[in-house]
Amino acid sequence: MLSFVLRRIALTVPTLFALSFLTFVAIRLVPGDPIEVRRGERGISPERLEFFRHELGLDQPVWKQFLDYVWGLLHGDFGVSIISQDSVLKEFLTLFPATLELSLFAMAFAVIFGVPFGVLAAVRRGSVFDHGLMGIALFGYSMPVFWWGLLLVLFFSVTLDLTPVSGRLDLIYYFEPVTGLMTIDSLLSDQDGAFKSAILHLILPAIVLGTIPLAAIARMTRSSMLEVLEEDYVRTARAKGLSPFRVIGLHALRNALIPVVTTIGLQGGTLLAGAVLTETIFAWPGVGHWLIESIFRRDYPALQGGVLLISTLLVLVNVAVDILNAVINPRIRHGR
Amino acid sequence: MKRTLVTGAATLVAMLALGASALQAKTLVYCSEGSPENFTPALNTTGTSFDAARPVFNQLVEFERGSTDVVPGLAETWDISPDGLTVTFHLRKGVKFHSGVNGFKPTRDFNADDVLFSFNRQWKDDNPYHKVSGGAYDYFSDMDMPKLLKSVEKVDDHTVKMVMTEPNVTIMANLAMDFMTIQSAEYADYLLKKGTPEQFDQIPVGTGPFSFVAYQKDAVIRYKAFPAYWGGKSKFEDLVYAITGDATSRYAKLKKGECQIMFGPNPADLEAIGKDPALKLMSQPGLNIAYWAFNVKKPPFDKKEVRQAFSMAIDKAAILKDVYQGAGQAAKNLIPPTIWSYNDKVVDYPYDPEKAKKMLEEAGVKLPLDIDLWYMPKQRPYNPNGKRIGEMMQADLAKIGVNAKLVTYEWGEYRKRLQAGEHMTGQLGWTGDNGDPDNFFFLLGCAAARPGGQNLSKWCDKGFDDRLNEAKKLTDKAARTKLYEEMQQIAHDEMPTFYIAHSVVFEATTKNVTDYKISPFGRHEFFGVGLE
Repeated sequence: MLSFVLRRIALTVPTLFALSFLTFVAIRLVPGDPIEVRRGERGISPERLEFFRHELGLDQPVWKQFLDYVWGLLHGDFGVSIISQDSVLKEFLTLFPATLELSLFAMAFAVIFGVPFGVLAAVRRGSVFDHGLMGIALFGYSMPVFWWGLLLVLFFSVTLDLTPVSGRLDLIYYFEPVTGLMTIDSLLSDQDGAFKSAILHLILPAIVLGTIPLAAIARMTRSSMLEVLEEDYVRTARAKGLSPFRVIGLHALRNALIPVVTTIGLQGGTLLAGAVLTETIFAWPGVGHWLIESIFRRDYPALQGGVLLISTLLVLVNVAVDILNAVINPRIRHGR
Repeated sequence: MKRTLVTGAATLVAMLALGASALQAKTLVYCSEGSPENFTPALNTTGTSFDAARPVFNQLVEFERGSTDVVPGLAETWDISPDGLTVTFHLRKGVKFHSGVNGFKPTRDFNADDVLFSFNRQWKDDNPYHKVSGGAYDYFSDMDMPKLLKSVEKVDDHTVKMVMTEPNVTIMANLAMDFMTIQSAEYADYLLKKGTPEQFDQIPVGTGPFSFVAYQKDAVIRYKAFPAYWGGKSKFEDLVYAITGDATSRYAKLKKGECQIMFGPNPADLEAIGKDPALKLMSQPGLNIAYWAFNVKKPPFDKKEVRQAFSMAIDKAAILKDVYQGAGQAAKNLIPPTIWSYNDKVVDYPYDPEKAKKMLEEAGVKLPLDIDLWYMPKQRPYNPNGKRIGEMMQADLAKIGVNAKLVTYEWGEYRKRLQAGEHMTGQLGWTGDNGDPDNFFFLLGCAAARPGGQNLSKWCDKGFDDRLNEAKKLTDKAARTKLYEEMQQIAHDEMPTFYIAHSVVFEATTKNVTDYKISPFGRHEFFGVGLE
């Protein structure tokens, strides 16, 4: 088992190296550099442009810049944001908890609803319920995040006045972040109503971000369940006279979950892509919105560092999923 | 028991509601659109960053809220020497800096040292803060301050003498701009000793109406009213910027009362805001211009008759109606009518494609003529849709036998190539910085016509340029007005640039906001605003 884990982790190193190289080159291929972008209609004199390019090291050959960057990385230095002049790692660590909290809630929402929906649809295969549910799942999968988010805000926040429009907490509450996770910090702060406010602020963004994973999980659970329900051991279980709940819940679902767990892991990437838009609509101060801003402003260090840090996390999530799969399924573990 | 519980709960709810409304009455929430880069205006170029620093700071002289008039700020009065080279500032006494922010407790009031520090940080390489936070003092350099300043000296604690290399009447308007914000020299020393100079730009200490409380990136900025402010205490206690990037979300927050003032409503929402009884929609012509420059270095645009003909070929009214949709005003001069010296006697060229075609033929242009037409790749305050305007112009030009090829690039690249003069014709625009006519007219001056300069027509007219330079040296406003009026007539006759429009700026607030004023500079200022 240990050798499997080590092998799996070793494989991530070239992936991450290739990723840093690609990000590094790609952002430099986009026209416009950070200094020109900053300048607006005023333009900049060639002398000043040269001066600032030199200050930022942008006048060096790209390969040299890349080597410097990698050298920094090996020393734990992700660079300094050109825009805010703050350390990229610090900015990332400040903003990441917001994205993490949102993603966890979104994923919880997707799993809590997605798995039962998938199971029900599989059990009642071909029924109106099945078709209806899968139709809705397809709709959810193809819905534009931006449109869906605004629709929910207009209905639940503006018309029904049930949830706040955006942000992470009512502005009447104020405390210094401890963990960066608002649900935990609000409890630690001991301020009345802060926790409720944090939860209320999470509901809509989590639904919006969790919709696509929910649809994917529901569909995967359904198809996997259908396959498993045809297996001999399920028929045997039924023949033994076990209750339908035990047959489906214990014997079938456990086996059907293997591809579902993989799907959940793969949805990590989807969550992050969705977070960019969700964070924009809900003014959620996370890394998705930060990365987009970095692209617009050509903040090379922030973008390079941010993408690398996020990719590392995604790769680690995938490794964790592989390991989890190996735990659930001994055939993988033993390379059979 | 049950009844007691119900009564208790009802009382609690009532108390909470009361508490919340009392809290709301003393807190003003502004839905802003983005995060500031930092809180030192000298380092920044974006309105978002200036807006975030403004509650905390003052300048020597300031723009009166809602106007372009320069009024006393930290300088109570000033004298200008007869030769126009020396300005002596008499500083306000008893002005306090915010105390307790970032552990800093000021030991003295504001004085001349703070003024000198604020100049020298941007100006002198040997200032210990010159390189801190990137040290790009774009505005200081753009407004030609390094060239213009000869010396800035402390005469005594409350008198500062500034000597210039040449007379320049626009200097007072320049000093009222955000980049000339006065910061605390004592706080700068304090942080230097602590070894954390970069905090100077992240945790601001100033003399302004609000002191800084906290900033959470991409989420919220908090300030509280400064009770010892020299201009009196704010009418509300707490000022909060709720950073909300999306305009539709900002509007939803405003509608729900989560904020009281919002940045930049969507044009599509304006009608609904106007009709909403709980909201107020305010508008004002913007201090800006959208234009279409003819590159006079490229034939046939070297002939003024050709440029005039092109001006008659474009249906400006259709662009205003279709693209600006009521949020714009047709332009006939480079400056908007809200700036003094606007020449209303200038008569714009009529839309007359027949005559335009005839004039082209008379000027010896062989039709059909192929030209390029560069359109802006992104929306700007003065131009909501460069591509659409480009397409409409293209269609209009086709009617007089001109085939315009539409060209665009990525925004930074686009401006660079235009300034290099690669285009035959190209769109751009300008938003005023300080309300002085010179801040617009320099765009057509000879100095800006060099390759890489901001004069996109590359037009250099002696009559125009002499007047431009002359007007900078005159202190007499009437004399300056006369020169600027003449320049507008020259520019009209020579037509190096086709003026498209001045856009109208909209702002929305909730009904209970009083005394909010739209700034011609697109600033958002909250001192003096009340909450009912």
